[in-house]
Amino acid sequence: MFDLDFILDRYNYWIVILLMMTGLYIVISRGNLVKKIVGLNIFQTSVFIYYISISKVAGGTAPILIGDYGGGHHDEPHAAEGSVAGETLHAAPAGAPPGEANDLAEALRATPPSGESGVAGLHDAPANPPIVEPSAAAPGFETAPGDAAHGADALLHQAAEIVYSNPLPHVLILTAIVVGVATTAVGLALAVRIREAYGTVEEDELEAADNVAEFGDRAEEAAA
Amino acid sequence: MNALLAQLPVLPVVIPFVAAPLALLTPKGRPTWAFATFVSWLTFIASAALLAHVSSNGAVSYALGDWAPPLGIEYRIDLANGIVLALVSGIAALVFPFAYESVRAEVDEKQTPFFYCALLICMTGLLGVTITGDAFNVFVFLEISSLSTYALVAMGARRDRRALTAAFNYLVMGTIGATLFVIGIGLLYHAVGTLNMADIHVKLAGMDDNRVVQAGFAFIMVGVALKLAMFPMHLWLPNAYAYAPSAVSAFIAATATKVAVYVLVRFFYTVFGYDFDFLANALTYVLLPLGVIGMFAASLVAVFQEDVKRMLAYSSVGQIGYILLGLSLGTEAGVSAALVHVVNHGLMKGALFMAAACVVLRLADSRCRAFHGLARRMPVTTWAFILSGLSLIGVPGTVGFVSKWILLQATFEAGHAWAAFLVVASSLIAVVYIGRIVELMVLREPPSEGPLAKPIREAPLSMLVPMWLLVAANLYFGLRTDFTAGLAVRAAEALMLASGAR
Repeated sequence: MFDLDFILDRYNYWIVILLMMTGLYIVISRGNLVKKIVGLNIFQTSVFIYYISISKVAGGTAPILIGDYGGGHHDEPHAAEGSVAGETLHAAPAGAPPGEANDLAEALRATPPSGESGVAGLHDAPANPPIVEPSAAAPGFETAPGDAAHGADALLHQAAEIVYSNPLPHVLILTAIVVGVATTAVGLALAVRIREAYGTVEEDELEAADNVAEFGDRAEEAAA
Repeated sequence: MNALLAQLPVLPVVIPFVAAPLALLTPKGRPTWAFATFVSWLTFIASAALLAHVSSNGAVSYALGDWAPPLGIEYRIDLANGIVLALVSGIAALVFPFAYESVRAEVDEKQTPFFYCALLICMTGLLGVTITGDAFNVFVFLEISSLSTYALVAMGARRDRRALTAAFNYLVMGTIGATLFVIGIGLLYHAVGTLNMADIHVKLAGMDDNRVVQAGFAFIMVGVALKLAMFPMHLWLPNAYAYAPSAVSAFIAATATKVAVYVLVRFFYTVFGYDFDFLANALTYVLLPLGVIGMFAASLVAVFQEDVKRMLAYSSVGQIGYILLGLSLGTEAGVSAALVHVVNHGLMKGALFMAAACVVLRLADSRCRAFHGLARRMPVTTWAFILSGLSLIGVPGTVGFVSKWILLQATFEAGHAWAAFLVVASSLIAVVYIGRIVELMVLREPPSEGPLAKPIREAPLSMLVPMWLLVAANLYFGLRTDFTAGLAVRAAEALMLASGAR
């Protein structure tokens, strides 16, 4: 009925939700424009954390090439092996990939998106379980909450016996961070300009000043 | 030449994007403007060529950086976004020449390079949102266009300092919308592990009851609804449109919300697809009522506005209601009605805001009192306003009539005769608010004293020509319906077919 483990296992989502609501509350409730921008930042940060936490593969390390990759002549067979190994690990439920899937795109596309991976991972497995020592590569992979991209990414490097986290959300969120910084910059610049034009950055006072301007115009019209 | 043609799909984004920083380097004033105008025309040529190509040869896919989709970012152009591309770049090609005099009067000369740079970036963003086939890419381009729009709106501060607060509010609302959108994309990615729209659609099959997908859908819908100013999330729009520099108002009123509508259509039908049960509920219980309420509420508020630009802005919110109504029917006819009105509303609102910009140029005022007796002082502008106003109302012979006719047909076909009645009833409100201004312009005497009494000339030719080209488009496409309506119907057919409606 009330499953405490179910809730605690998903602590990363609770962090995200808490931050998101805090940020949104600040944006709505604070009258100071700078505080609004800060609230907006917290709101955006929650999304960054969400993206980063879903990209985490249990026991996975940062997506940086480690170990002997000299020459690069191993790469092709590795990919092929990886996809085959991945199949057996995932016990591919449907749409098993062609055996000769030796190119990256093919391997990624063929990885089953649904079934045991994907959303099932979200519900049945803790999305961010305690980190397992990355030494045991294959078991670590099995506990991964991988969606298709996780799985594919991890199985690509399976042959190298290293588990990587999914780098794609990291890249996406780097872009989103840049957008967030730009938004903050524009917002603060606007706050500076508002302060120059009105002499205040408090929303109530701004509204009052605008109302005076409006009524001033009305008075002028009546006189004319 | 062939090499260039192969790269055609990416040109509408690359040309203005590369040109925008270059515009900063040009000497301020006329050279910047000439350069930006030239760029906008080039972009329009590329978009028109693309639309012609798609119209005769079917959808085009372009793999950015030669990374094959679904891994790489795909630009995918079919009829639906081909039409929107042509609309955005076409409006831009008219607004840029139009902007020169208006910007000279309303923006500091020092700022003109920044102004044209921001306008080019805004255009890039809107075109990018339209052209891309990658869900996350939509977010990036949406923010590119939004960020530049915030800056552009704030540049209206020289005329009225309220532009600053309007821009700030727009920034807060727009960022919340974009962030909700990106949460939705994240949830979708969590569920299916891909970002390519077509690929998401394939992998979503059979995941109708998945709560993550449903939450993602809701986040995306609310996020985009904020961007397209769906009633009751429109509060940022009236001030932003009213206090922005007039040329900017003309551009964003005709394009920005339309592109957001397109994003909604794209996500509804290409990403989630017709057989996604949740979509039907969202259409019937959210979009339909909000669209209908928006039609009335925003139009009624428009009637009581003192400022003509603000009135037109509220009218935009009302017109979005028609588009959403068409969309919410969930039928092929409904979607094509929405697409037709996206284009037609861009044409009429662009022309109306341009007429308002002419008045602001000569009288430095956009309130009703500036419009008194305008027919005698600026007859050419007045008639442009009246004709595009008639188009907004939906008088036969104009594009507004075509939109409403197709929308009425769609509502009858879907069995919502009451909605058809409401469409006609809310059009009568448009008669009131447009008629009110027309009465001021034609029947009233020009003010005899006060700051507005000065003798004024007609607007310069560089503004009249683009404005009348838009008015002419309003009339031409009102009579030759096969082009807009025909294309939109084909686009809707293709969308619905791909989404599995039949």
